[in-house]
Order: sequence, then C-alpha cells, then structure tokens
Amino acid sequence: MINLVINGLNVSVEDGSTVLEAARFLGFSIPTLCHVDGLSPYGACRLCVVEIGEGPRAKLVSSCTYPAEEGLKVRTASARVIRARKMILELLLASCPQSKTIQDLAAAHDVRQQRFKQEYEDCILCGLCVRMCEEQMMAKAIGFRGRGEKRSIGTPFDIKSDVCRLCGACMYICPACQLRCTYNEPEKAICGACANLAPPCVEKDQFDDMMCYMDPCVACEIQKDK
Amino acid sequence: MLKLKSLDDFRTLQDRLRTGRDSDIPTIVIPAGTCGQASGASDIIRVAKREILAKELTGKVKLRITGCHGFCQIEPSVLIEPARTVYPNVGLKEMARIVEAVAKGEVLTDLLLKDPQTGEQIEKQDDLPFFSKQVRTLLDRNEKVDPIRVYNYLEHGGYSSLVKALDKRNPAWVIEQVKASGLRGRGGAGFPTGLKWEMLAKQPNGREKFLVCNADEGDPGAYMDRSVLEGNPHSIIEGMLIGAYGTGSKHGVIYVRNEYPLAIKHLIIALRQASELSLLGENILGTGFSFDIQIVRGAGAFVCGEETALIRSIEGKMGEPRQRPPFPIQKGIDGKPTAINNVETWANIPVIIDSEAEAFAKTGTKNNSGTKIFSLVGKIRNTGLVEVPMGITIEEIVYDIGGGPSGKAKIKAVQTGGPSGGCIPADKFDLAVDYDSLTEAGSIMGSGGMIVMDENTCMVDVAKYFMNFLKDESCGKCFTCRKGTQRMYEILDDISAGKGTPEHLDLLEELAVVVRDTTMCGLGQTAPNPVLSTLRYFRDEYLEHIENKRCPAGVCRELIHYSINENCVGCQACVKACPEGAITGEKKQPHTIDADKCIKCGACRSVCKFEAVDVT
Ligand SMILES: Cc1cc2nc3c(=O)[nH]c(=O)nc-3n(C[C@H](O)[C@H](O)[C@H](O)COP(=O)(O)O)c2cc1C
Ligand code: FES
Repeated sequence: MINLVINGLNVSVEDGSTVLEAARFLGFSIPTLCHVDGLSPYGACRLCVVEIGEGPRAKLVSSCTYPAEEGLKVRTASARVIRARKMILELLLASCPQSKTIQDLAAAHDVRQQRFKQEYEDCILCGLCVRMCEEQMMAKAIGFRGRGEKRSIGTPFDIKSDVCRLCGACMYICPACQLRCTYNEPEKAICGACANLAPPCVEKDQFDDMMCYMDPCVACEIQKDK
Repeated sequence: MLKLKSLDDFRTLQDRLRTGRDSDIPTIVIPAGTCGQASGASDIIRVAKREILAKELTGKVKLRITGCHGFCQIEPSVLIEPARTVYPNVGLKEMARIVEAVAKGEVLTDLLLKDPQTGEQIEKQDDLPFFSKQVRTLLDRNEKVDPIRVYNYLEHGGYSSLVKALDKRNPAWVIEQVKASGLRGRGGAGFPTGLKWEMLAKQPNGREKFLVCNADEGDPGAYMDRSVLEGNPHSIIEGMLIGAYGTGSKHGVIYVRNEYPLAIKHLIIALRQASELSLLGENILGTGFSFDIQIVRGAGAFVCGEETALIRSIEGKMGEPRQRPPFPIQKGIDGKPTAINNVETWANIPVIIDSEAEAFAKTGTKNNSGTKIFSLVGKIRNTGLVEVPMGITIEEIVYDIGGGPSGKAKIKAVQTGGPSGGCIPADKFDLAVDYDSLTEAGSIMGSGGMIVMDENTCMVDVAKYFMNFLKDESCGKCFTCRKGTQRMYEILDDISAGKGTPEHLDLLEELAVVVRDTTMCGLGQTAPNPVLSTLRYFRDEYLEHIENKRCPAGVCRELIHYSINENCVGCQACVKACPEGAITGEKKQPHTIDADKCIKCGACRSVCKFEAVDVT
C-alpha cells in the first residue's frame, strides 16, 4: 500500500494506482476528458492536472497518468490548477465549440470567455477512439499519424481497414462528435441549451471534415435511400 | 587488423604507434566535416593529393583529413603542422601553391588571415583571437585525428582511458571518478552524469541494461554534436565503453539523426574498426567484459531528442514522450534500465578518466565543471564552434571570441538553448554561462546553440520564428502543447501584422504560463520560453508593434515602408535589383519607390552602397 496526502487528507491506495484514482477514492472530483475507466491512461487532454510537491519544486502533472508515490502531497484544486483548467477549457472551446461534453465542462468551471480565433475542428485528438479500438475491440483499425499541427487519426493510408468490424465503438466513446451540439449556426454554438443526441454523421454535409471510419456507414446508407 | 588479446597487447601496439610517429614531417591538415565539404574542402583535398603526387612529395609532405576545427567561417581552411600556420578560405589555385610552399618550408604571406581591427597578418592558428580565448579540450582532438583511421586515434592516446579503467578491475572506481568530476549532462538539462550512472549501476543485476548516446541534435543552428561525431567517433565509442564497464551494461545504442550521413558513415567505420581490434564485442581485450553498440537512425523529429520519445523511437514506435516516472533508468528500452547521455557528455568521459576527476573539475566553476561547446552563429563576425570553460561570460564569447557584430548595427541580444531557449539582452552580457544562471535569466543552456542578434533583428519576429518551429515539431499528444503553440504563433503573427491589441499581450502571457505548467515533456514545458523571455526583456518592442504599429527593427513586413533618402546618387542599382519594378528614376537623379508596387523584399536596401534606402 502507498500512503499519500491529498488536499490535506491521508489516503492509502494499492501499488500501481494513479493519483486520479486515489483522489476519486476520497471523493475529490477531477475533470477528465481523455480518461475512461477500462482504457489505459494516456494523458492527452491535460484537463486532469493537479499540483504536486511544495515550494519552488511544486508542479502540475496529469493525475490520470501520474503514479501514486509514497509521501506525495497533492492539491487537486489550487489556484494554479484552476487557472490552468480554465485556460485549457478556453482552448477547447476555441477549437471544438460544438461538443456538448466540452460545453458542460466549461460551464461547470465558470469559463465565461473565449478569446482566441474561433475554429470549428471536430477532433481534439484525445485518442479515446484509438484506445477503444485497440484495447476493447481488439481491432487496432485506427491510429495516430503526423505530428504537431498535422497530427490526425485515421486508418492506415486512409483506405478502408480490413480489421475494422464497423462496431461503431469509436463514435460511441468520442467526446467531441457523439454529443455534438447540432445547432445549425456554428457561430452561436455555445448556447448550452442543446441536448440533441442524434449521431452527427446524419448531418455530414455540414461538417465536411468530419471523422468517420466506417465504410460503409449505416447512417450514410440510410440517407442514400431517401 | 590484428586482434588484441590482452591489455598488454594494447599497450604494446600503442607504444609502437607512438614511437613510429615522426611529427617533424610537415603535414597539411584539411578540415572536411560537413561544413568544410559544403564550402569546398573536398576539391582542395583532391588538388592537394594531386600536387603531392605530381611533385613527388610523398613522404616529404603528409596530408591529414580531419573533422571540423570549429572556425567554420574561414573554411575551406588549411592548417600546416608542426608550424601551425593557418590559411583561410583556400581556393584551388592557392592549394597548389600551399603544397609547394610547405615542401620548401615557406609561408605564403599573401594568403594569411588579416586581423580586421589592426589589419595585421596573423600566421599561427593559436594567435587568432578566435582560438586563443578558447579552452579546446574536445575540439583540439578533432584537429589531431583522422576520423576514419583508428591507429591515428590510438597514436594520440585513444582508448588508453578505457584500458586504464579496465585495469583498475573496479567498476565503482569509474563511477566515483565521473561523480567527482562534477560532469553535468551536455544535452540540456544538466543532470549530473555520475549520479545517473550510479542509479543505473544499482538497478537489479541480471536485467540487461542499455546505454544510449543521444545524437538527435535537432536545434536549428546547432551542430556541435555532429562535429564531434564526424571528427572523432572513436571518442564516443570509448566513452560508452567506459560507461558500460562502470554501470554493468551490455548493450549500447547510438541514436543519430539520418540527416547526418557523414557522421553515420564515420561511426559505422569506427565501430567496425573497434570490433576488429577487439575493443568492442565479446570479451574485450581478454578481460571478460562485453559490450556491443548498434546504430539507430532517427527520422528527424525534434521531439525524438526527448528521452522517453527517443526510447519509443528506438523500439520502433511513434516518437511520443510518455509520463515519467517511471524514469528510463527504471524502465527504458523494452522495459530494461536505460541511461541516455548526450554526444558531448560521452566525449568528455575519456578526458575525465585520463586526467582524473580532480584535474577535470579545475576547469569551469564549482557546480559547472569542464568545458562546453557552443555553436556561435548569427550577426557576429566569427561564426563557428567555440569551446569555452563553464562560467565564462557571454560578453567574452560574443566580443573576445566572436569578434563583435558583423555589420554596423549594435548587438542587441543572444538567444541560447535552441528553439525553446530564451533571449538574453545585451545589458546582461556579464552573465556567467552555466546551467544555473542561464535558467535564472529565463533561458536555458540547451544543447549549446548561441544565436547573436543585432538591432536589425525584431524580437517579435524571433519569437514567432521559434514558435513556428515548435508548433510543427510538437508531437501533438498534449493538447496544451499542440494547440498552445499554435495559438501563441497565431497571436504573435497578429502582433507582427499590426493587428495586435494590448489584450493580446495579456492573453499571450497567460497562455504561455499555462502551456509551461500543463504539458508532459520538456518540449512543451520550455516551448513558451521564447515568448516569455522576449516579453520579459523586450516588452517595449511588443508595445511598439501594438500601439504605434511600428516595427523598430524594420523586419515585420506589414508594418514597414521603404523609401529613398537624399543620399541617393542615382546609380540605378536598386532599379535593377527590384523584382517588381517598383523603383523609378533617371540616372544621376534621385529615385523613388512606388509604395503600392513594393513587396518589401529588401533587395534595394541590400544592393545600395550609399545607405540611401530607409526602412521606417
Ligand atoms: C524536446 C527535447 C529535445 C531534445 N533534444 C536533444 C538532442 O537533440 N540532443 C540531446 O543530447 N539531448 C536532447 N534533449 C535532452 C534529452 O532529453 C536528455 O536530457 C539528454 O539526452 C540527457 O543526456 P545528458 O544527461 O548527457 O545531457 C532534448 C530534450 C527535449 C525535451
Ligand atoms: S484525463 Fe488526464 S490528461 Fe486527459
């Protein structure tokens, strides 16, 4: 067992636990976006940052990937953490305003402004679909490619994958497309009133850069008949 | 090549090589690293060979091809031993004359380098200020050895540090020496090498351990690692062998970027030679100690220099950093303990073992021992690689060694530490160059890039340039690094285009701090440095762009205007140079620029001999 201190409370957790697990065990809520129980921790969205250490050595780490260490002192909601989370949410809103998940998180953290140039990207590259496909569906049909600005997710060479079984798990787990706000005027998308759960691909025309790896896709096929 | 079966075999061979050397025969030394070859060294080597054969001077004049000597500005250059005469920027015809003069023991005074200040000619390399102010422990060896001849390396004491270490029959001695030397990693972070090795040695036995040489040097403008690899590959192999003996490692990997073909070629040759001599492989020199080294080529991603990304790349996966802990020392390549060190760190190891720790620690300052190689580039008179003791001031590097500004404009700042380093303003040039004071000043040592900037450099533009590099080179995994660098670039671009507002500045600063705080690896954590350090020291320049829509250095295109002043004599040079036909005017009459047609390329300004083109 490992003993650590979270927000002043002592807690013992099993070897191999993460700081996130330890904090949740005590009931401290930490927002996450790229973490789902059952998939391996990845640490891409940085929303789950917490502050560890003290004095000049204090630093922020992603709690979903950081292992619980003996004697570690963790603060899950220090001013530095909150400031960072709000900025991350602002950045997320600036890139992907139509995700209901992101809108809700932003609202919960009292994010009231978005000062960057508005973009309408769909993918935040959290990698949930990649891990879902590999770890739960045992297919490994999609993966990351490129780096920096050019990073994206897709099947190898963007051709129909032989191992894809069209299970749709990638879409099910996606925080950006599954719960996308489908308000028809993207400019006004941060209205918070939207709870349309229809699969977004039905409105594919509107979002030509939408990511869908299903070929053929059920929704597209239905539309064809109309 | 003969196989050496014991330490005594080695010593006999080395003695024989040393006594067989006749250092009185005049030798023409031609540096032909990548930088030398690019400036034409291969051609003058051919001429030198042909002349020696044609004039039947074989045996009377020797020729040695080496790696870079450091003073890249004067390449292709020729050094004559033992007189140590140096000829700069040698052409093909001059080379033929030099061969003849060397045979006769003469010096060609018309070809010597002139001191720019006094106009005096300088004959000896060691009298050049560029060389005399340096402490060239590592670079000196580049001059002495031909990288593809192992006997040449042995002759100059090569591999005797390894033999010395093996002869102690006590691996712990090696680690003690490296610890006592105070050597800190030259790859950027400055972690004490001895400590790293001690941790590796303590990892449970029975598990295979790896040593890695990080030769992924990706900083724009930095090439010291390349020069050491090209010029003295055996010193890296020797360093790794000593490290392997000290830490009990079995396997070594040299991770070198594929853009360094000459370095790779020399390494492959050196590895083969070392194996043939039984200095590498199973049962080295009959001592029972075994170690092998393999070369892995990197595909040129900057982030693969980061330790955990480098390990994944070696494993054949996508180069993407991962969470530490577990540290590579605990879980590295294939989950086995792994210690990674920079090229220059490895090159220092034989020096430490040879001179012993105390002597090594005498150079430099207390917490920063030894020397460091910098690549000095930018708006400076003498560009090239300089090796200086730690703790030297920036002033000494820039003015004494670098010879001050290359043009008329004053030097404004130096940028250290590569793309994620920071800028240090001229009024802070008394700063000692070491890991701790550079960090305190808001920059980093990095791997040793040093870019000198003068008043014609715009700091907003500099920050924008590096951010552009980083947004492409971020691996893209951490959202804040990927999007943060993109957004910082976007804001800087707006400011440089005159679209910035005071709020932009606050947002930029706020974002920079969050990016530094929330990213996982060193790339993201240091990526805001160019922004934060220029904001810290050159805020005025940012404000000038935002409030007055002016670029004081005359760089940001959207904010500048070209015009012709009364100095114009009507020579028509600019009229011919202008690609857009924007300049009009009769001969001997003052010319004018049509602002609508002008694309602000600056061609007119660079051809004007009368300083008649203004940028405002
Ligand atoms: C983005 C990034 C790029 C790096 N690039 C290099 C590099 O090109 N060469 C290098 O030796 N170290 C590089 N490093 C530092 C290494 O991660 C590591 O600290 C170093 O190789 C350790 O060796 P040392 O202890 O000898 O310095 C880089 C680090 C980061 C974060
Ligand atoms: S949930 Fe931890 S980084 Fe995304």
